[in-house]
Amino acid sequence: MAKLIEGATGSWEVVIGMEVHAQVSSNAKLFSGASATYGAEPNSQVSFVDAAMPGMLPVINEECVRQAVRTGLALGAQINLYSVFDRKNYFYADLPQGYQISQFKHPIVGHGRIMIEVEGETREVGITRLHLEQDAGKSLHDQHPSLTYVDLNRSGVALMEIVSEPDMRSSEEAGAYLKKLRTILRYIGSCDGNMEEGSMRADVNVSVRRPGEPLGTRCEIKNVNSVRFLQQAIEYEARRQIDIIEDGGKIDQETRLFDAAKGETRSMRSKEEAHDYRYFPDPDLMPLKLAQAWVDKVAKTLPELPDAKRDRFVADLGLTPYNASVLVAEKESAAYFEAVLAELTAVSGKPAREVATQVANWVVGDLFGALNKAGKSIENSPVSAHNFAQLQKLMVDGQISGRIAKEVFEHMLATGDEPAKIVAEKGLVQVSDSGAIAAIIDEVLAENADKVAEYRSGKDKLFGFFVGQVMKKTQGKANPQLVNEALKAKLSA
Amino acid sequence: MSDFLALTLAEARDGLRRRDFTARELADAYIEAMAAARALNAYCAETPEQALAMAAAADQALAAGNAGPLAGIPLGIKDLFCTKDVLSQASSRILEGFKPRYESTVTANLWRDGAVMLGKTAMDEFAMGSSTETAVTGPVTNPWRGEGSNKNLVPGGSSGGSSAAVAAKIALGATGTDTGGSIRQPAAFTGTVGIKPTYGRCSRWGIIAFASSLDQAGPIARTVRDAAILLKSMAGHDPKDSTSINAPVPDFEAALSGDIRGLKVGIPKEYHTTQMPAEIEALWQQGIAWLKDAGAKIVDVSLPHTQYALATYYIVAPAEASSNLARYDGVRYGLRVNNGGGLNDMYAKTRAAGFGKEVKRRILIGTYVLSAGYYDAYYLKAQQVRTLIARDFTEAFKTVDVLLTPTAPSSAFGIGETTDPIAMYLNDVFTVPASLAGLPAMSLPAGLDKAGLPLGLQLIGKVLDEETVIKVGGVIERAAGFAAAPKPWWRS
Repeated sequence: MAKLIEGATGSWEVVIGMEVHAQVSSNAKLFSGASATYGAEPNSQVSFVDAAMPGMLPVINEECVRQAVRTGLALGAQINLYSVFDRKNYFYADLPQGYQISQFKHPIVGHGRIMIEVEGETREVGITRLHLEQDAGKSLHDQHPSLTYVDLNRSGVALMEIVSEPDMRSSEEAGAYLKKLRTILRYIGSCDGNMEEGSMRADVNVSVRRPGEPLGTRCEIKNVNSVRFLQQAIEYEARRQIDIIEDGGKIDQETRLFDAAKGETRSMRSKEEAHDYRYFPDPDLMPLKLAQAWVDKVAKTLPELPDAKRDRFVADLGLTPYNASVLVAEKESAAYFEAVLAELTAVSGKPAREVATQVANWVVGDLFGALNKAGKSIENSPVSAHNFAQLQKLMVDGQISGRIAKEVFEHMLATGDEPAKIVAEKGLVQVSDSGAIAAIIDEVLAENADKVAEYRSGKDKLFGFFVGQVMKKTQGKANPQLVNEALKAKLSA
Repeated sequence: MSDFLALTLAEARDGLRRRDFTARELADAYIEAMAAARALNAYCAETPEQALAMAAAADQALAAGNAGPLAGIPLGIKDLFCTKDVLSQASSRILEGFKPRYESTVTANLWRDGAVMLGKTAMDEFAMGSSTETAVTGPVTNPWRGEGSNKNLVPGGSSGGSSAAVAAKIALGATGTDTGGSIRQPAAFTGTVGIKPTYGRCSRWGIIAFASSLDQAGPIARTVRDAAILLKSMAGHDPKDSTSINAPVPDFEAALSGDIRGLKVGIPKEYHTTQMPAEIEALWQQGIAWLKDAGAKIVDVSLPHTQYALATYYIVAPAEASSNLARYDGVRYGLRVNNGGGLNDMYAKTRAAGFGKEVKRRILIGTYVLSAGYYDAYYLKAQQVRTLIARDFTEAFKTVDVLLTPTAPSSAFGIGETTDPIAMYLNDVFTVPASLAGLPAMSLPAGLDKAGLPLGLQLIGKVLDEETVIKVGGVIERAAGFAAAPKPWWRS
């Protein structure tokens, strides 16, 4: 099951755990009313509390607590009705209070789990805990040759730190974990999952060992901000550790940075240089006590989660597990698919199960393929769910063939127009008029009298040739079923 | 009315209501007296223009009949309170020049009710001390002197500027803050009344933090009634302070019924220390006799963990302080000493220059007790003992309504006399337990020692039961008939 890495002296297993910092989607910061939106002018979203002015006090933002609880519930985790905010003390210019308010001994969320899928295999990764904490500000070292500037917009913004068990055994699993976590957070809307803007950052712990042996010494790689970098960092770090051990050295527990440009990790500080954070309960805040009834109420606000949705797509709609997995990976994709399906069943009167596979194949194959090629996301798809459903309906109703549908779809991608309009303008309506089809068939048979004779003398395979000729004459618009039936009748007459 | 300064706060309030005199006249008298008392060094910033503007507003409100309960009452404000656009330095060099753009909730409540700000009163730097000798503006002198002595005495601390101002009648009342005794001990040293209310009764928002789990604002005034009036305005729930208690604020003045018949007064035996001077022990006994005479029942109680209170306090308070004071780093406001040596160098130089010796000592102690490897032995243990101390009071209050003890183990001592920090800490021995338990407590003057210096008695009440404390305080006040006053040697 575990993927092993071959060293010079045998196989190695890599052991990975992760701490993900996810910014809570909220209007205001964790302990102040200042805005938490991204990208504003430096120091324009800073309250007296965020700047740690003398005498200022934190007040918990209930929305952040609610989102943390929702996230905990979505991770199938224990919600701790009693949790405590602690101060993590250290000095830095972008940490105005001189401490970060975090949760150390009593986090708001305890044990949970995430199911990941790698190469068709499903695995469980344990969640150790989730806690709420403040983000720090930002030191800007590149604004002046000798001075550092500080932007406090981010100071005090709410983060969820989500800590996994060391349950992952390959960079692929780590990547799948991060992607899955992001999917869940985006489904429930507790974090926008935007890794480029820093809404999600991962610290990853990596160690190596001989299979079956106790855990090796780990190194922590800080602030990795994409799935690709995460996997690169793990690959590099595992190889580095294996090389050291195989050369007779030993691993020093340390904090390392990933240099994306060079694709390598390098030492940031050793265990000896680690801060003594002097955690203690923040005396400005009372312990956070939640009522079970409130948690139950919050639980009711959770949408259908990706795993449940995938299972339903397979069981109720008859989708293939592959299509179902692809569709649920982004909540926007699933929403698009479901919107198309809902409209199609409504306008066509067909049961969802009957048309779901066709729609799924089209969304996963044609739409995603086209979007990928155009570098677009589903949110700015040129083909709206409504238009997509209309296109499907034209097919289901037999007004256009699958082949014509692909052609119409190309036009839809280019213009964003409604399929009916394209079909009308281009005269692509399927010919279902049996008289018209019969006339064309007569034409074809008349033009190919020799082939008709051959067919009648037993060369059955020529049937396809006649169909092709009829389609050619109708530019593919003839209803294939009617063509088949009429041809058969005429040829056997 | 000629001698405005002789009026109590309640008398001045009533006189203003009757329009016997104006808030402007009262303010003028106090501004003049404040300026004439600079020898005491009680004020670290005088705000006469603000006082006059506020007095004018009070006169208008009084004329219009919509005056607040404190309309026209001139007050001194401890420098720990952030006051908008007025220097607020916690008497520390590290906050040099700091003028907040916001007003603390407690002072905002006072201004809402019409009070007038005379200025900011000096204090021990960051409220750490019992003598007000460590203010960046220099030591404050107690208006009281020993009989026939010219020796300058301390006004207690850390709210020593406030206590000195009230005792010298250069403020009609003042705000203080009390972390381990910083309202009560200076009140005792200056013959004034000081109330530390229940933790959470007054908002801490806008008060420069020393030890968050202990800091409480309260009034220092000339009489129990005056203190009750001020407390009513200062107190109240504040959603901006998560530790603020959401409970109605009673009319504390109305608690002064004088009737304590049947009330049970506890006398904690652990407060009879061997080091206590005989005259303080005697005053305590006198207090007991007064209450008995007034119909109260005296009950001996035990608070078995009292002996650990001081040690506990001097772990918990510095621990919180070490973290609370981390924000004074020279980055955003106040003092910055920067010789271009980089961030850590700037921190070191700024904090070395900005903090005084006692503040540094407590930051070091606090950092130490929170450090890995020491946390369990010190901070955690102290928290456990704190719980036991609080439990002692809970037990005692099952049988009694209020506790009576001395406020401090001595009367005011000379400036510069106490140089050993531990000896200084011992000033808090009787006040610290109620702080650790978050209970309301009051010090009120009950007599003079042989040298003619005031001594205080302390009343400790149940959580949110300031009313009983005030009621019993009123009875002692009347029985003691404390009328002594310092001679105005300081008047220039």
